[in-house]
Amino acid sequence: MGASQSGRAHTFRDLADKTGFSIEQINNLHNRFTYLTQDEDTLRREHLENISDLALNPIRRQIIEAFFDKRNLGEKEKGSLQEIGFQEFVTVLSFFRPPKPRIADEEMRNIKKEKLRFLFNMHDTDNDGVITLDEYRRVVEELLSSYETIGAETAKAISDAAMLEVASVTVGQMGPDEFYEGITFEQFTQILRNLEIETKMNIHFWNLDTRTVQCGK
Amino acid sequence: MMKMLLLLLGCCGLVLSDQNQSAPRDQRVFPVLSINYDYVQMPFEVSLWILLASLMKLGFHLIPRLSTVVPESCLLIVVGLLVGGLIRVMGKRPPVLDSQLFFLCLLPPIILDAGYFLPLRPFTENAGSILTFAVLGTLWNTFFTGALLYICRPAALDLLPCLLFGSIVSAVDPVAVLAVFEEIHINELLHILVFGESLLNDAVTVVLYHLFEEFAHTGEVTAGDVFLGVVCFFVVALGGVLVGGVYGVLAAFTSRFTAHTRVIEPLFVFLYSYMAYLSAEVFHLSGIMALIACGVVMRPYVEANISHKSYTTIKYFLKMWSSVSETLIFIFLGVSTVAGPHAWNWTFVTITILLCLLSRVLGVVGLTFIINKYRMVKLSGKDQFIVAYGGLRGAIAFSLAFLLSNDDFPMKDMFLTAIITVIFFTVFVQGMTIRPLVDLLAVKKRKESKCSINEEIHTQFLEHLLAGIEGVCGHYGHHHWRDKLNRFNKRYIKRCLIGGERSQEPQLVSFYNKMELKQAMMLLESNSSSNLSTVTAAAPRQRSRKTLNISKEREEEIRKILRANLQKTRQRLRSYSRHTLMPDAEDDWSETRLKKQREEMERRMSHFLTVPAPPVRKLESGERLRSGSFFFSERVSAGDESIRRKPSVVKFSLEEKKPHRGPEHLLEEDEELIHHRP
Repeated sequence: MGASQSGRAHTFRDLADKTGFSIEQINNLHNRFTYLTQDEDTLRREHLENISDLALNPIRRQIIEAFFDKRNLGEKEKGSLQEIGFQEFVTVLSFFRPPKPRIADEEMRNIKKEKLRFLFNMHDTDNDGVITLDEYRRVVEELLSSYETIGAETAKAISDAAMLEVASVTVGQMGPDEFYEGITFEQFTQILRNLEIETKMNIHFWNLDTRTVQCGK
Repeated sequence: MMKMLLLLLGCCGLVLSDQNQSAPRDQRVFPVLSINYDYVQMPFEVSLWILLASLMKLGFHLIPRLSTVVPESCLLIVVGLLVGGLIRVMGKRPPVLDSQLFFLCLLPPIILDAGYFLPLRPFTENAGSILTFAVLGTLWNTFFTGALLYICRPAALDLLPCLLFGSIVSAVDPVAVLAVFEEIHINELLHILVFGESLLNDAVTVVLYHLFEEFAHTGEVTAGDVFLGVVCFFVVALGGVLVGGVYGVLAAFTSRFTAHTRVIEPLFVFLYSYMAYLSAEVFHLSGIMALIACGVVMRPYVEANISHKSYTTIKYFLKMWSSVSETLIFIFLGVSTVAGPHAWNWTFVTITILLCLLSRVLGVVGLTFIINKYRMVKLSGKDQFIVAYGGLRGAIAFSLAFLLSNDDFPMKDMFLTAIITVIFFTVFVQGMTIRPLVDLLAVKKRKESKCSINEEIHTQFLEHLLAGIEGVCGHYGHHHWRDKLNRFNKRYIKRCLIGGERSQEPQLVSFYNKMELKQAMMLLESNSSSNLSTVTAAAPRQRSRKTLNISKEREEEIRKILRANLQKTRQRLRSYSRHTLMPDAEDDWSETRLKKQREEMERRMSHFLTVPAPPVRKLESGERLRSGSFFFSERVSAGDESIRRKPSVVKFSLEEKKPHRGPEHLLEEDEELIHHRP
């Protein structure tokens, strides 16, 4: 047991360097990982679907998909995996780590871009680099899915208006024969510029393990 | 000047009435014109003061450069000083800011305005920091100021009066903060920190004030009394919030049934809030917290229930009353300075000012050090400076000092003088210099946010995403609890408090409806026969002008149709008399008709999109819709019955290069159109 412990500590340290978490946070996440997978080695979609807190979330499917999306795991290929290991789990969660207090503007911009890229990948389900009207419509439908009385037309209307807004803000004047294909990543960044993603898309990584209450940093 | 005129009139009245009484009965001349000033004296004077205040406010904004350099509060205090001086010159005693008038009439409108329009999201996100500053910061200020005053002994005071003075002078004042911060437009975070602190520290101030006053009266303090003081704090704060919450729920519930009596809807909002304030004051609970809680609790439900006109009414009445109140408060502060008995003590005053500044700075820095450990967005040094510098004192401190009894506190005059000096210092010096300092330090200003449906969608998306990730991590954090609260709200509370089918409307849809409504109103207001624009707010106007290359007759046709449709709406926007407002045709529609109408509306919406989507509808041959076309849509949002339009959508597309196309371009479509390349 001793050898694997030190081996594990070593991988944890590597992970900590790579993702920016502290060793203690990695430990907590590992405990959570083993709890979710019921002590197996890899995480599958069913494990995440079993989480009760996630059951009432309207965008649960997209959240689960995001964990298995190859684009979020730093790989250049597209597509999704069937199961992930602990390393990939931590990599995906590192998108939600709050940025360190004193960092340069340049790095802050990079972090913001990474987080926006994560969001973009969540919307762009067919991996073509553009969010089309259909994909956006699906996003809005999922958001409104918890309200039974809202029909599909409302979702359509809202997503249409949203696309229209993106088109008019980013592209402006269009020639007579031009189309608006969909939202590219640059346009996505532009319209969500004011949302301050780098401060909002974060969660505190304390008290992670529900079994053992710890007050890490 | 006006007072002299009044005196003149009064004298005339006296003379005339004397004459009438002294003449014998049978020779009495019928008084064609008589003056009876006493009858109207009170309301007349009140109205005169308010008129004076409003004229002053008007005057400031007419002078070009003045309002940018000097904050309004300073100017108003100066006016008050002048008026007070004038009254004194005329030989009469100037009125002092009566504490009862202040606390019962002048303060509530300002607090209600602040509470009703409190931006809830930043407030809850920073609630921990705000509470820390409000409670711990005020306690620190009080004890630091009081203890050092006692130690330095500038006026040979006992500990308790020093502590009492400390508690009065250390509370940041919401009126002053609002007056100054409104004009400098700093970013939301700092604004809510300072402003939230000024609102919530009322509970602490009330408790400390009553505590020390009671102790000074009885003369001795035991440990049990201190413990009771702590308990009292919790009772005051939580009790105030509870009272406010109860009245808020009552108001929301009442608003559910006001569909047939729209005219008095605003009155319910005002009355319930004022009752909450008064009820809290009866039990010596924190009236300010009650008022804030009432406004915050009732707002989402009331806004879902009331009509658009009532919403506008509430908004403008609150702004008007709070503006008048603020003006009057500052003017009276100036007048009271001239009036009040003063006992000037150089050392006491200077030490007070120094201690106030010092304790504020130390408190803010120390507390920020602690709370930065728990915050995700840390407060930088610049932020801390603004928070410390923005701690202005105001009329609440003055009124509290004025309420002290003269027997227990023989040094009351000295206190009053010192407090007035502190208020003047903070309002004039800090108020005037904060704006250049904000510019100098390049503090982030408030962003002018247009309502963007994309941002709204993504804000909601983020909320759910973060709640989901917290669920995956097993972490019961901020987002988790907010999610739970929202769900609880949706399932149970909204059903009770929102009438009709609005209770099931998600926030995104109501946001979208409001946005559409706003754009439609903009369209109406701008003379729409020559301005044809797309549905979104950001639509560039140039597009419409560039592609409007059509013949005169077609233009006329289009204009006629637009005008016909618009006039029907215009008619409904004319102001009605109070009685014809009631049996409004729209209000008679039953719920089901409303729902059907709304669904039909949503289907008939038209949008412009040139996104290649699987063809929903094939267009008839001969019609080619190109990217240069745009639509005019009339939309109805369910929440507003005052603007109803005919359920027809007039769409027309204009070909850029083919102006000779006939009227088949004026289409009447049933569904939304997504056009594609032919």
